[in-house]
Amino acid sequence: MSTLNKTRTLLLPKRSKTEGDGTVKDQRTLGEILQAKGVSRRGFMKYCTATASLLALPPAMVPRIASALEAARRPSVIWLSFQECTGCTESLTRSSSPTLEGLIFDSISLDYHHTLQAASGDAAEAARHAAMEENRGKYLVLVDGSIPLGNPGYSTIAGISNVDMLQETVADAAAVVSIGSCAAFGGIPGANPNPTGAVSVGELVKDKPVVNVPGCPPIPTVITAVLAQFLTFGQLPDLDHYGRPRAFFGQTIHDRCYRRPFYEQGRFAETFDDEGARLGWCLYKLGCRGPITYNACATVKWNQGTSFPIESGHPCLGCSEPDFWDGGGFYRPISAASIGSGTALGTAIAAGAAIGAAAAAMSRRRQARTIKEG
Amino acid sequence: MELLEFARGPAIQFGLYAFVIGTVWRLLGILLLAAKPDHSAPRKSGGFLAAFKVIYTRSFTADAFKQDTLYPKILGYLLHIGLFVTVFLFVPHILFFAGLLGLEWPGLPNNVIYFVGVLTAGVGVALLIRRMTNPVLRLISNFDDYFSWFVTMLPIITGLIIPIRFGIRYETLLALHLLSVALLFAWLPFGKLGHAFLVFFSRGTTGMVLERRGAKT
Repeated sequence: MSTLNKTRTLLLPKRSKTEGDGTVKDQRTLGEILQAKGVSRRGFMKYCTATASLLALPPAMVPRIASALEAARRPSVIWLSFQECTGCTESLTRSSSPTLEGLIFDSISLDYHHTLQAASGDAAEAARHAAMEENRGKYLVLVDGSIPLGNPGYSTIAGISNVDMLQETVADAAAVVSIGSCAAFGGIPGANPNPTGAVSVGELVKDKPVVNVPGCPPIPTVITAVLAQFLTFGQLPDLDHYGRPRAFFGQTIHDRCYRRPFYEQGRFAETFDDEGARLGWCLYKLGCRGPITYNACATVKWNQGTSFPIESGHPCLGCSEPDFWDGGGFYRPISAASIGSGTALGTAIAAGAAIGAAAAAMSRRRQARTIKEG
Repeated sequence: MELLEFARGPAIQFGLYAFVIGTVWRLLGILLLAAKPDHSAPRKSGGFLAAFKVIYTRSFTADAFKQDTLYPKILGYLLHIGLFVTVFLFVPHILFFAGLLGLEWPGLPNNVIYFVGVLTAGVGVALLIRRMTNPVLRLISNFDDYFSWFVTMLPIITGLIIPIRFGIRYETLLALHLLSVALLFAWLPFGKLGHAFLVFFSRGTTGMVLERRGAKT
């Protein structure tokens, strides 16, 4: 069974109420759902502790998180996918399915996600409208992908342009979460020369709280932790100046990188297959963007804490930073200077030579005049 | 990131172009000057050997002045060696130059660089205090001296703050460091920092003139 089909199966609640429009509603609390799925109390508390830790909350908040999550009814979530590659959804589904945070995510009421939902066409759009109507002012909108403004026809769903669907859906939302760098900053569709006029969610949504969870793709745990915070406190986490949760985007990859000591010692891999690379030395010379990239990859890691790109031998691309695609070559060290164009340099030399020669000529004339005058 | 992109791109390139224009301008402006007429017969032939000799010998103080100039001499050496080590032997700096010149060389561990950087900054401050407290030095100092000191010390200070942070984001500090370097590049050929390349021509010329006159060099 494919990952998507597995996820679709998981998304169908076992004890659910079927609505008139064909959508299914589960009225159980998260605690009941987790119990039904065989999650132990101990496992659940461990998740709450980890979430508190990830969000930099004090240990005293763990019981509050636990009781809030247990009592919470599944919040309605509408997931909109615009100009994107589905990598964000793939990341979330692949890495979360067997984990507890996967169940938490499974246990939200994901009322609309055109990649994962079983419904299609009018039924899918009806589900979105029904979720908006029933949860007016309370539902969360998760968006992946950027929105093209160059021409509404560049990207449509059910004949509706991305910008129209976004504005209609967020009108009564409690908050918006931009999933991935495309939704958060415009990402790859917005890269120079930005042929579709792609913009981020934050550039269009000004009257609702917007949380950016960038990355290409973002870390699934970060997405679920943002949702957990919303379920627990009814509010969104503390954000940095790019609208990213500080708990996850407060430190650079470089600051928490296990290869940092090699940077300080001046030990660097020069190529991808040299002795330094085999010994796991710092990848700074190979273009690592870790020093200027804020994300939790080095601590939370990927694939259930298995590793992160640098641990796999590849430099950080800086994918959670704005315009990472336009930041110069990925394999060029961040401190490398660029001389600009050869023409400009040649012009600078010629200009310097011309001014210098003119200054010397004037001086010679003055000198000759002085000698002549005695 | 925007400030960093500006610092890494247009600002550094502006500094480099100003550096190239200024260096070529000043060198040609001096080298193309007419030599003063010399009607006396040369005692010795002069030539480049005499120039190289003085370039080397003027690196050391004459015996008669050794005692009086020991303190500034030591500070001067420490400052220049410190600048050399921090500028040319820090790996991110080597990669900066590699981007310009296509040449790379081995660097030193960061902790060594940080130590030398702090020492260099301290020496810079000591030299400034001396300049401001010594009556003769104060009298002959002008804007060029103080501004040249400022643009030299600014990259050292901004560079040393980067690993400490003081709560400021890394990319902001890196951008400020690069902007300070751009300012240094742009100012270097036009002020007294021009001695970085003019020193060899002035010493060489002195050596050739003195040799021609038969003086001991």
